[in-house]
Amino acid sequence: MVPNHTFHRLKIVLVFAACLAGFAVLMGRLGYLMLFQSAHYTALAEELHERERSIKAARGKIYDANGTIIADNKTVCTVSVIHSQITDSEEVVSVLSEKLGLSREEVRKKVEKVSSREIIKSNVDKSVGDDIRSFDLAGVKVDEDYKRYYPFGDLASRVLGFTGGDNQGIVGLEVKYEDYLKGQNGMILTQTDARGIEIDAAAENRVEPVDGWSLYLSLDVNIQKYAQQAAEKVMEQKNAKQVSILVMDPRDGEIMAMVNVPEFDLNDPFTLIGSADAAALSEEEYQDRLNQMWRNPSVCDTYEPGSTFKIITAAAGLEEGVVNLEDSFYCPGYKIVEDRRIHCHKVTGHGSENFLQGAMNSCNPVFIEVGLRLGTGHMYQYFKQFGLLGRTGIDLPGEAGTIMHREEDMGDVELATVSFGQSFQITPIQLITTASSIINGGTRVTPHFGVEVRNADGTAVKKLSWEKEEGIVSQETSETMRYILEKVVAEGTGNRAYLEGYRIGGKTATSEKLPRSENKYISSFLGFAPADDPQVIALITIDEPEGIYYGGTIAAPVIAEVFDNILPYLGIQQEKAEESEI
Amino acid sequence: MEDRKEGREVRKRRSRQRYFDYSLLAVIIFLCCFGLVMVYSSSSYVAQINTGDSLFYLKKQGIALILGFFCMFLVSRIDYHKYGKVAVLGYVLALILMILVNFTPLGIEYNGKKRWFGIGGTSLFQAAEAVKVALILSMASLINRFSRKIDTWKAQILLVVIEAPLIFLVTDNNLSSGIILLGIVFIMLFVASRKKLRFFAAVGIVAAAAVLVTVFSDKLIEFHILEEYQLERILVWKDPTAYALEGGHQVLQGLYAIGSGGLFGKGLGESMQKLGFVPEAQNDMVFSIICEELGLFGAVCVILLFLFMIWRFVVIANNAPDLFGSMLVVGIMSHIALQVILNIAVVTNTIPNTGITLPFISYGGTSVVFLMVEMGAALSVSRSIRYER
Repeated sequence: MVPNHTFHRLKIVLVFAACLAGFAVLMGRLGYLMLFQSAHYTALAEELHERERSIKAARGKIYDANGTIIADNKTVCTVSVIHSQITDSEEVVSVLSEKLGLSREEVRKKVEKVSSREIIKSNVDKSVGDDIRSFDLAGVKVDEDYKRYYPFGDLASRVLGFTGGDNQGIVGLEVKYEDYLKGQNGMILTQTDARGIEIDAAAENRVEPVDGWSLYLSLDVNIQKYAQQAAEKVMEQKNAKQVSILVMDPRDGEIMAMVNVPEFDLNDPFTLIGSADAAALSEEEYQDRLNQMWRNPSVCDTYEPGSTFKIITAAAGLEEGVVNLEDSFYCPGYKIVEDRRIHCHKVTGHGSENFLQGAMNSCNPVFIEVGLRLGTGHMYQYFKQFGLLGRTGIDLPGEAGTIMHREEDMGDVELATVSFGQSFQITPIQLITTASSIINGGTRVTPHFGVEVRNADGTAVKKLSWEKEEGIVSQETSETMRYILEKVVAEGTGNRAYLEGYRIGGKTATSEKLPRSENKYISSFLGFAPADDPQVIALITIDEPEGIYYGGTIAAPVIAEVFDNILPYLGIQQEKAEESEI
Repeated sequence: MEDRKEGREVRKRRSRQRYFDYSLLAVIIFLCCFGLVMVYSSSSYVAQINTGDSLFYLKKQGIALILGFFCMFLVSRIDYHKYGKVAVLGYVLALILMILVNFTPLGIEYNGKKRWFGIGGTSLFQAAEAVKVALILSMASLINRFSRKIDTWKAQILLVVIEAPLIFLVTDNNLSSGIILLGIVFIMLFVASRKKLRFFAAVGIVAAAAVLVTVFSDKLIEFHILEEYQLERILVWKDPTAYALEGGHQVLQGLYAIGSGGLFGKGLGESMQKLGFVPEAQNDMVFSIICEELGLFGAVCVILLFLFMIWRFVVIANNAPDLFGSMLVVGIMSHIALQVILNIAVVTNTIPNTGITLPFISYGGTSVVFLMVEMGAALSVSRSIRYER
């Protein structure tokens, strides 16, 4: 037996010392990693483990003037499958295809596809989603989501607009007030394993979503409905392409109704209305037609206003003092300006008449004369003063500007045609806004729908303010204009808008569309009530009516009908019988 | 605990009684049980996903441990001098085993490495683990035999040459085990010999070579002295982030785990990195999960436990009645020490990555059974210590 020597023991202790040194180094290294580098590696690790899931914020609702919800949210479900978690694919296929009304093949293809998450169907009704959830199928996920819902379907469709797949506004008020309505999405930070599967036990890090602000409009669902009915009726009767009716408060520019028929279904905005040939269209053509359908012609399209524009010419002439009510004119049925003979709509002529009669007759030569008396400079000046050269600033996207001659290109012929509303184009909203300013005592208002916004729980309210510019015509001119326009309805071309018991002012127009050779017309009527203290102003434009196309004949009665319905509704009292007969 | 602290009378009375190192036994049992807990903690999630049984690894490890304890008990009851008689047989068997594994179908290949011995495709155990035991036994036996000439170059080289075939055969498929075998031979020779200089010189040369290769790795590649793939592990070690998708993945994920542990860890079972992020979390990388769950505090405790275990080996080796017993324990001690240090060094990215398991704690049936055999041997040596005054 070989004994152990002392040097062996010493060497063993040396080996131990080496081990000790090794361990010391490792402990130092661990200390460095776990104390000084801890934050660094923890951050990297968390980045690796965390997955973000967003929680959608509910979009703000839109209310009308009465507090009726006209744009709401409803809960819909997205049904998807997670391939790796499916245990019984046969059952999944049969349940999903039955409940979602899809073909088995279609569902099977998605179920069998190897992907992390495959959406089977989105925008599924909550009840169907709950139903599917009750089967408790492994690998089937039913996620809830918000979808915009418009309880009135096609009401004010071209005004409200609709939202897209991410609940973002696409057209109309939905896009104009996007910043208020959209809210702020929340977030769930979850921890996942290496395959990206969430760990149930892990604590969730939640950032709550902030719901969008509610928008309160001046639009009144009842007035809008009356107007829409009236518009649809006349569109059908006259087989017109399109009919628009605007109803506004001339005192502050609050729009009560904006109808553009045909309207489309806001809950199904991607289906063309009234197009039998939709299937035959190319994708591009289809999209063009959709854009056309969504377009708001009252704001985005311009037209030659025709005789309704005589309101502006008259106001400018009166304001400038180049004409007064008693001035005498003679209409032989035409007027020669430079080398051009410009006809009156009454070819035989109105004969001798004063300015008031000329206005009541809507006599072109009278207004040409007024325009010429003003001269290009003053005419242009009043265009500017009335705000006709710019946009109204309405709270809808895509407002078109005025198409007007340049001042230096405007000769007497151009001036003459402009005087009775031809050879330039404005939008209907521009016309009604300018007319409002003239009859309301001379205050240029900004037409608008938005009145105020409130946060989801109603604790914060923000009034929306709109620009006003006073004194664009004098009170006196405004009063005279009201008198003239009341006369137009009471005794002149607008007499079909006359409504028993109400004082109504207005002006008719029949504009020939370009090119003139096609003989297509836009018939329109602008009316307001009560004539002595206007509280409501309305404009109807009928695009390409068939048969009789005179604005006084077909457009004026529609406004009378609308007023008949809405004036009592607005609480505007009927005048006493004896007063109205004066 | 052992009896040293008891009163003088007791010690006198027991002076002729046998010693048994209960401290070592306690630390073995503790480490094994702790190992089971950590194997379960680090493997259950992935096991549930891959096999449907979260206890999959725990069960296998548990069975191996029971077998291991049985072996330990058996081996510790046998007088260690009898091992000496089977040293040659052990050596020859190990050699045959390695030849079979390396060159016949009895060797089973996993991940391109032939490391397992098995029959008919059923793998039985990792050959290298058995070789470690055989090598320690044969070295102790040889040193005992050549004890008088052990300081000569001739004897030392002879010993190395005798062990060389085993080491080469192992290294062929398992570099890290080869390094450990070489380390065991080196330390055993160092302890056995009176000489110091040559050993320090050897350490110095190896260290210098390592430093040079590390520092000049870019230049070596540039001048085509070494190809990039040959230095891959060193390059990964220098900057694991740059190789995050290739070799650096495991190390980097391990570092995330260690770093996110902090001072006291996330708590037992709360590791995130074990959820499939750290590959083979229950295996080589189990120490990173210990760090994540138990923090620096837990990690240092584990290291101190190993240090205590090594200290027990020092005590047993120094008090062994003869050189053979002492060398046997020195071999076992070097085995444990090398494996612990290299494993922790790899996991903390202190040295380039080599696949080394953490004794008693990492998952691995073969490893634990043969470790328990070694523990049995160490305990057997401890039993032959006599109390003397």
